[in-house]
Amino acid sequence: MSDTIEQDGHGHVDVDTVQLSAELVEAASVASHDVAEYALWLGDDSLVLAQNLGWWISRAPELEEDIALGNIALDLIGHARSLLHYAGAESGRTEDDLAYWRDEPQWRSAHLFEQPNGDFAHTIARQFIAAHYLFELYSALMQSTDATLAAIAAKAVKEVDYHRDHSIQWVLRLAQGTEESRRRMITGLSDLWPFVEELFVDEPLIDRLEGVAVRPSSLQASVLSAMFPVLAEAELEVPRGFISSGGGRRGDHSENLGPLLAEMQVLARAHPGAKW
Amino acid sequence: MTIPPVPYAIAPDSAATVSAEEQQFNDLIAADSRIEPRDWMPDGYRKTLIRQISQHAHSEIIGMQPEGNWITRAPSLKRKAILLAKVQDEAGHGLYLYSAAQTLGISRDLMTDQLIAGKARYSSIFNYPSPTWADMGAIGWLVDGAAICNQVPLCRASYGPYGRAMVRICKEESFHQRQGFEILLELMKGTPAQREMAQESVNRWYWPALQMFGPPDDDSPNSAQSMAWNIKRFSNDDLRQRFVGMLVPQAEVLGVTLPDPDLRWNEEKGAYDMGEIDWTEFHEVLAGRGPANARRLQRRRDAHDEGQWVREAAAAYAAKQGVKAVA
Ligand SMILES: [Fe+2]
Ligand SMILES: [Fe+2]
Repeated sequence: MSDTIEQDGHGHVDVDTVQLSAELVEAASVASHDVAEYALWLGDDSLVLAQNLGWWISRAPELEEDIALGNIALDLIGHARSLLHYAGAESGRTEDDLAYWRDEPQWRSAHLFEQPNGDFAHTIARQFIAAHYLFELYSALMQSTDATLAAIAAKAVKEVDYHRDHSIQWVLRLAQGTEESRRRMITGLSDLWPFVEELFVDEPLIDRLEGVAVRPSSLQASVLSAMFPVLAEAELEVPRGFISSGGGRRGDHSENLGPLLAEMQVLARAHPGAKW
Repeated sequence: MTIPPVPYAIAPDSAATVSAEEQQFNDLIAADSRIEPRDWMPDGYRKTLIRQISQHAHSEIIGMQPEGNWITRAPSLKRKAILLAKVQDEAGHGLYLYSAAQTLGISRDLMTDQLIAGKARYSSIFNYPSPTWADMGAIGWLVDGAAICNQVPLCRASYGPYGRAMVRICKEESFHQRQGFEILLELMKGTPAQREMAQESVNRWYWPALQMFGPPDDDSPNSAQSMAWNIKRFSNDDLRQRFVGMLVPQAEVLGVTLPDPDLRWNEEKGAYDMGEIDWTEFHEVLAGRGPANARRLQRRRDAHDEGQWVREAAAAYAAKQGVKAVA
């Protein structure tokens, strides 16, 4: 009998790796107002998704998934912190000022990331779409003329590549596992699919950030063509039906964001000015 | 419900008829060497280890809950990340330990079933609630701190897989204690409300943390055999004493008061005297009458039950892939 302890994939994170990377803090020029706004889009997406995923820790279907979803949430918090740090510099605000002291209309997250965890299939459907989108986004953002955004993207792309792989494995397992899991995967995917389109909507901000930001509409083809073969292998149809009107980038949010922020911000707001 | 006691009475004391493999086991223990899964071992040794390692694993898993409770409300993004990493570490510890127990011939499914059926024990400390953010500090500082004192000697436990699992775990536990200490330090440097929150939490966790070392030595029936087998290296009271000695200077740095009016340095003894521990409370919580016993088990059971269809799907998919690979 072999000692299996050495073989699990538990990714240990120590306290030092949760500090912001030095190169991102030091090298960061101060973002212009428009760049800061764009950084908010990306930072809010990641933070809202991480906040949702954090709920799973100690509730996942198996211990390995507590760890995997925890790893993904940790990566996303890391991305969010870098992006919010950058976004806040222009107005003299910290990452925490932005995370804890903005009200719902000031958030810029897309609706996909705000959608509730649902059952595990819903969470996986959300991960599947989100990770494919983020992977293509960061891959393109590495070419940004903004050095800070390019550096953040270069680090993040490797991590969301793992998130993408994780979600693909689960889409295949759930779609082709049991009758029940297949039924749930189909439901999860069709409940989340309406939020795909918003990810590819160009807002006027993008016109002012040529070469700096990634034009959302430019990602549509690559994101979809990466997802479709997985859906085909899983024998899942691309859902047709509702399309959410979106509006997250302008501060129009789904009904889920308010409660999510209320929970996230409750303690910080009970102690204005306190340090933690 | 409790686990049936291990039959220590049938230890190999009929010295005349020691078999060759038993002699080999005794020699390994006498030489303070490691016992490995393939080696012959007495039934009592195996059962003691299964009980101890599985209880330890369950403690890691149930122990995720009091802190998991605050991940979504952590008051800064840095704290959120650290807390998430910490709770996730505990899941990893549970996995290492379940793996170590599996090498003794018990399945993870059986251990899980025992836990959610309420038939297995885990550390009583996790049956206390975590109503405030300061509890994230006190748990790290006191609970992980006590765990370190308990666990560092276990790195030398005679059973190889257990000792090696403990080495990995101890590395991470020191980060856990440090982050807890930092949380309390920030609170104590903060507003009056924050300082009050920190002190109130230390008041609640101090005594239960001391109880983590188990009953006093004269009331700890299993300890002697475990020490003879090189599983346990120090007595409960010794470890408790060591822990208090470590806490006192740290409490001074923090500026918190340890809630024991009888705590004072004893020059003669070269150690701290401390007040009476309320063992009635300890036994009450152990017997299932603690503040959060039902809640902790219910959460574990719900997660298990709600994850059933996912695990079934993964198993069915793996089986189909296996068939495809063969075909
Ligand atoms: Fe642990
Ligand atoms: Fe720990």
